Amino acid sequence: MKTLTTALSTIAPLILAAVAAQAQEAQAPTAAGETAQTSEFRTFDPTEAEWEIFRSSGEITHEGGEAVYNATCAGCHRPDGEGAVGAGVYPALADNELLAAPSYPIYLILEGQRAMPPLGGFLDDQQIADVVNYIRSSFGNEFVEEFGAATAEQVAETRQ
Amino acid sequence: MSMTRRELLTAVGMTAGSAAMYHAMATLGHAQESTYQGRIELEGEPNGRRVLVLGAGLAGMTAALELRNAGYEVQVLEYREKAGGRCWTLRGGDDYTDIAGVTQTVEFEDGNYINPGPWRIPYNHHAILDYCKRLGVRLEPFIQKNHNAYLHRSDAFGGTPQRFRHIATDYRGHVAELLAKATDQGMLDAEVTEADRDLLVDSLREYGVLTEDNAYVASEATSDYRGYARDPGGGRDAAPTPSEPLSLNEILQSELWRWISDAESIHHQNTIFQPVGGMDMIAQAFEREVGDLITYNAKVISMLQDDAGVTVRYEDSRSGGEPVDVTGDWCVCTIPFSILGQMEHNLPSDKARVVDTMYYEGSVKFGLEFNRRFWEEDEDIYGGITYTDLPISLISYPSADYLSGGKGVLLGGYVWGANAYQFNAMAPEDAVRWAVEYGSRIHAQYPEEFSSGVCVSWHRVPWVLGCYGIWEDKARDYAATVQMGPDERIVLAGEHLSYLPAWQEGAILSALDAIQQLHDHATNG
Repeated sequence: MKTLTTALSTIAPLILAAVAAQAQEAQAPTAAGETAQTSEFRTFDPTEAEWEIFRSSGEITHEGGEAVYNATCAGCHRPDGEGAVGAGVYPALADNELLAAPSYPIYLILEGQRAMPPLGGFLDDQQIADVVNYIRSSFGNEFVEEFGAATAEQVAETRQ
Repeated sequence: MSMTRRELLTAVGMTAGSAAMYHAMATLGHAQESTYQGRIELEGEPNGRRVLVLGAGLAGMTAALELRNAGYEVQVLEYREKAGGRCWTLRGGDDYTDIAGVTQTVEFEDGNYINPGPWRIPYNHHAILDYCKRLGVRLEPFIQKNHNAYLHRSDAFGGTPQRFRHIATDYRGHVAELLAKATDQGMLDAEVTEADRDLLVDSLREYGVLTEDNAYVASEATSDYRGYARDPGGGRDAAPTPSEPLSLNEILQSELWRWISDAESIHHQNTIFQPVGGMDMIAQAFEREVGDLITYNAKVISMLQDDAGVTVRYEDSRSGGEPVDVTGDWCVCTIPFSILGQMEHNLPSDKARVVDTMYYEGSVKFGLEFNRRFWEEDEDIYGGITYTDLPISLISYPSADYLSGGKGVLLGGYVWGANAYQFNAMAPEDAVRWAVEYGSRIHAQYPEEFSSGVCVSWHRVPWVLGCYGIWEDKARDYAATVQMGPDERIVLAGEHLSYLPAWQEGAILSALDAIQQLHDHATNG
């Protein structure tokens, strides 16, 4: 067992301002715990990427499109963007023409639609811009190159 | 001379017996708070008897059971290979494959289980309790509040979990002391009448276990609530040692008070039940009644209504293949909107908008099996819930088979919000690894005793794609969405169409109202 003091000082966790409080189901009151990750790890030594996952309980603190995607979106849309099929589907992001312009994915991430939940309460403008650009330039998509990148300002405007 | 209400009720009870007494009380506005009106009675001759029910969860099976009883010819289409929907239990030997194609095999010992979905039934959920009674589902108490379980925050008390009874008793005692002193000092004179003042102080002494001087201090009296440093015994050297209360400052700063009232809401206060052996005992009981009506492995892809009836198209959910069309005079659709919104349908535009804008909350549960019931053997915790600010949110201890040998299963986490999305994005075995890590910060026995675990994230459950439905604007849209329009042949039902979202009671009450409307259409149309 090792403490994470070293990792802590190198990662220098900035405690971000709490994201807009998401309504919690009444039966499970959860206070955002900003120190959840400061305890000694008892059962495994996390990698730096793992360390980031619950750095601040109740928040998604990842920076950069790929990191945000893998921590949040990949559960349903899958790590390679192929989507998933059950009684309904999580659409594939690979070769998805709906991602050509950034406005549609920005709107969907903020507001949700059908099986897509709104994530505007969990992700800030920069995280959303980054993840939109990540999915538009990954899995074989080249929409950023072709149509330009999403910006945090664009996300902020869509939010209003 | 007028009678008091009590005199009237006594007279009714003496002359007419308890059933009449109950009805008299209900008339006086006491006993009946639920919208459940008792067993539904659908009388009259319907115009068109064939009903398609989409979904064999509790809403769909309630509709099927009651409509067949009323003389309808019912066919139920179910996506899965079995009935129950979110009323679901995982036991040793079960396989669960999520929407990503990841299969977990549950390795629990015989008799151990986890309910990934609903896990408790409050005493005031009259409809589901009535069906349990009718269908012979055995119930046992579910322990929600356990004074000997823990409250835990990583930054409080050095991360050491605190017994619920310590925090709750001391918080109550200190608050009562402050209020009693403020009252005595005349600080509340503007708020409390003179006649109430002494009674208020008396009540606070009682409530907070205060001294004659209105102080909350270490004593046998307070230890009778918060626990002793050394318990009372028998024989020699048996006198108890009182325990020292925590200070108000320590309690306030710890923020452990956040969870003190969790078990007080009507959804969580005593008495709460669980079916003996797992929540899906209810699903199995319904399935025994209506299983012969269910077409399994049927993935509905289209639902269209017109003047003549309803046509539903489905395909085999395992192999695809040629779609099959079935028709009915009427249809009860319990398909979650997360899925219905992706199907072809011709619901009126106002309903279609609600279908498209409702999203489904994410939620994650862990079932963790341990080699022994250390929470009982080492820590005297029998059922109930420990709350924490760690990403697992809580640990719940099994409410049955106390002090039995063999392995035991904990609910190792019940997660909402941002943490749920992050668990959802992990491979299940990684998520379980985290749940064990976090649990080990509350119970040091975890690493040594952990045996196996399973993780269910509701966004990845193939037949619902989420936990429960959340409305864009419920106040605006609810009434029109649950109303079966005069020209409609489809009525919608499920937990999402209730004011008890995520509760099985909501699903059943919604289904009962839906079939009442359907029957009214069929008999009056």
